[in-house]
Amino acid sequence: MRNPMARLPKDFFGGALMVLIGVATVVGGARYSIGSLNRMGPGFFPVAVGALLALVGLAIVGAAWLERAPPVAKIWSLRRAEWRGWFCIVGSMVAFIVLGRHAGFVPAASAAVFISALGDRDNTVKSAVLLTILMLAICVVVFWWALQMPIPLFRWG
Amino acid sequence: MVFAESLTGLWYGFEVALQPHNLWWSFVGVLIGNLIGVLPGLGALTAISMLLPITYTMHPVPAILMLAGIFYGSMYGGAIGAILLNLPSHPPHAVTCLDGFPMTKAGKAGTALGITMISSFFAASFGIVVMLFASPLLVSVAFKFGAAEMFSIMLLGLLAGATMSRGSPLKGVAMTLFGLVVGIVGTDVNSGVDRFTFGLMELSDRVELVALALGVFGVADFLANVNHMHAISSAKTAVRLRDMRPSKAELKQAFAPMVRGTLVGTLFGAMPGTGPTVATFVAYALERKVSRTPERFGQGALEGVASPEAASHSKTQVDFIPTMSLGIPGDAIMALILGALLIQGVQPGPQLLTEHPDIFWGLIASFWIGNALLMVMNVPMIGVWVRLLQVPYRYLFPSAILFIAVGVYSTRNSFFDVGEVVLLGIVGAILIALEFPVAPILLGYVLGPPVEENFRRALLLSRGDMTVFLRHPISAAFIAICAALVLAQAYFGVRRALRKRELGGRLSEV
Repeated sequence: MRNPMARLPKDFFGGALMVLIGVATVVGGARYSIGSLNRMGPGFFPVAVGALLALVGLAIVGAAWLERAPPVAKIWSLRRAEWRGWFCIVGSMVAFIVLGRHAGFVPAASAAVFISALGDRDNTVKSAVLLTILMLAICVVVFWWALQMPIPLFRWG
Repeated sequence: MVFAESLTGLWYGFEVALQPHNLWWSFVGVLIGNLIGVLPGLGALTAISMLLPITYTMHPVPAILMLAGIFYGSMYGGAIGAILLNLPSHPPHAVTCLDGFPMTKAGKAGTALGITMISSFFAASFGIVVMLFASPLLVSVAFKFGAAEMFSIMLLGLLAGATMSRGSPLKGVAMTLFGLVVGIVGTDVNSGVDRFTFGLMELSDRVELVALALGVFGVADFLANVNHMHAISSAKTAVRLRDMRPSKAELKQAFAPMVRGTLVGTLFGAMPGTGPTVATFVAYALERKVSRTPERFGQGALEGVASPEAASHSKTQVDFIPTMSLGIPGDAIMALILGALLIQGVQPGPQLLTEHPDIFWGLIASFWIGNALLMVMNVPMIGVWVRLLQVPYRYLFPSAILFIAVGVYSTRNSFFDVGEVVLLGIVGAILIALEFPVAPILLGYVLGPPVEENFRRALLLSRGDMTVFLRHPISAAFIAICAALVLAQAYFGVRRALRKRELGGRLSEV
């Protein structure tokens, strides 16, 4: 194993992430007035919850150490990274936002279905186009015509 | 006294639920729930959150009737996939696969489905009756609750929800706390200060409930499953109508398990935070223990289908009791339904019964109507469901993504919220990859503001004296249960970890 991180068990990362979020919440919460138990300020609850989260994060790391959990590399080698799928799913929703703002509902909805469909390796361009047309028709009828969603089908700028 | 009150309430409830408008939405709810429950890879949570935006413009009664219908409708749907195709895509029905699928292979799919429907209806009816009489009782107790009691019982709900679900209890607690953190974002009601909004106007109105739910249960799921859900062997499952009527002997065989399963489900429903999955597993284990022929289990034993299905359905109904009468949701689905009520401007809790009797009793009556509709509907529709089961995931998730995007956009006509979904989806996928359970996030998010509110109020009234939570007897009892829960989990956790360590050590020696 070249990467020394890969020797650590999975829960080390999970626990560390929780500690990070907890500490960030404490630091962020401390910027608001904390007050006293008698009269709590807006900062009290965030600081308390953040501190608890950080403690639980430490406990998760401790538990993984206690049970000598297997290193993360062993588990992750079983599951391939799906960059294409991930990229297409996130990209399809970003495309929906951008096109929805500037080009209207039809381009936005088409892009969302078409791009995410390409994320699955078994879909061809042809099947993605057919699925897009079908879903577009359903959505225009349901959302635009029946529920009268206030968004133009096409627009510029 | 309470008895008569419940009966007049029920009568009124039927009047509400049978109004054509309400009946129609109830029907739409169970139909959509059933449909989505059948589709592989989509659960009740995704279904409810996708349809939540539509209810914003509706009257509260049909809105809540529809959402509840989706919930129990999807339970019926999930069982169909488990029995016919061995698809454990909905955790509560994973147990049903064990004996349901062998029955299908033996050509008895119709019987299994028929028994499932009968036990579901029986169990749901029992759960409804429990709700009918237990809720008013609970409400009369809950009226005596002050801020300290409310805080303690919510704490118990959060702890139970975090520790009693599947997986590591520590990670469940971490996710509940994470949900509380997400719930803090927005304007603080007491001081008017914007917390964690990063200067974004849109965030001062809290993180959108629909965006959170669809992010962690929808998009995160797709990110985790893309290219991993593979086509299910399309087993030849031609189910004919007359196959679905079980014989007298089969009915007799399934009756006792059905009753036992119902009781298990009811018991677990009364405990906040225990998911339906636990109830079904316990029901199955119990059936195997009392059976004189335990070796038949796993080979297509009728009892192994009847009992867990009954348990999941009675639990589903009983789950509504604490949600509606105390305002404390037992699991993520109930948290969503609670959130929907809040958005409608309806505050669930003891006052719901007097302030909105139409919602309370209408909902109970609609359970019965909805369950009856499901029974009637599922028989002729079974052929359609079988075909739907074979819709491949590669068509399903792009369509769902479009519905998610449009649905979230339509809640506030804002593209900002769609961005929230993307971000929360990525966060959710990372958490899933690190094996964190994501359902408690929603529970923490929904209960966050009332927990903080009651904590502050209790300490304000006691002038900062923390012992207030122990001086009130009801509150002290809840705190004691919380402490017992934490201690027990800690004890079992450490013991389990040490045993695993021993096992791991021995394995590496070999």
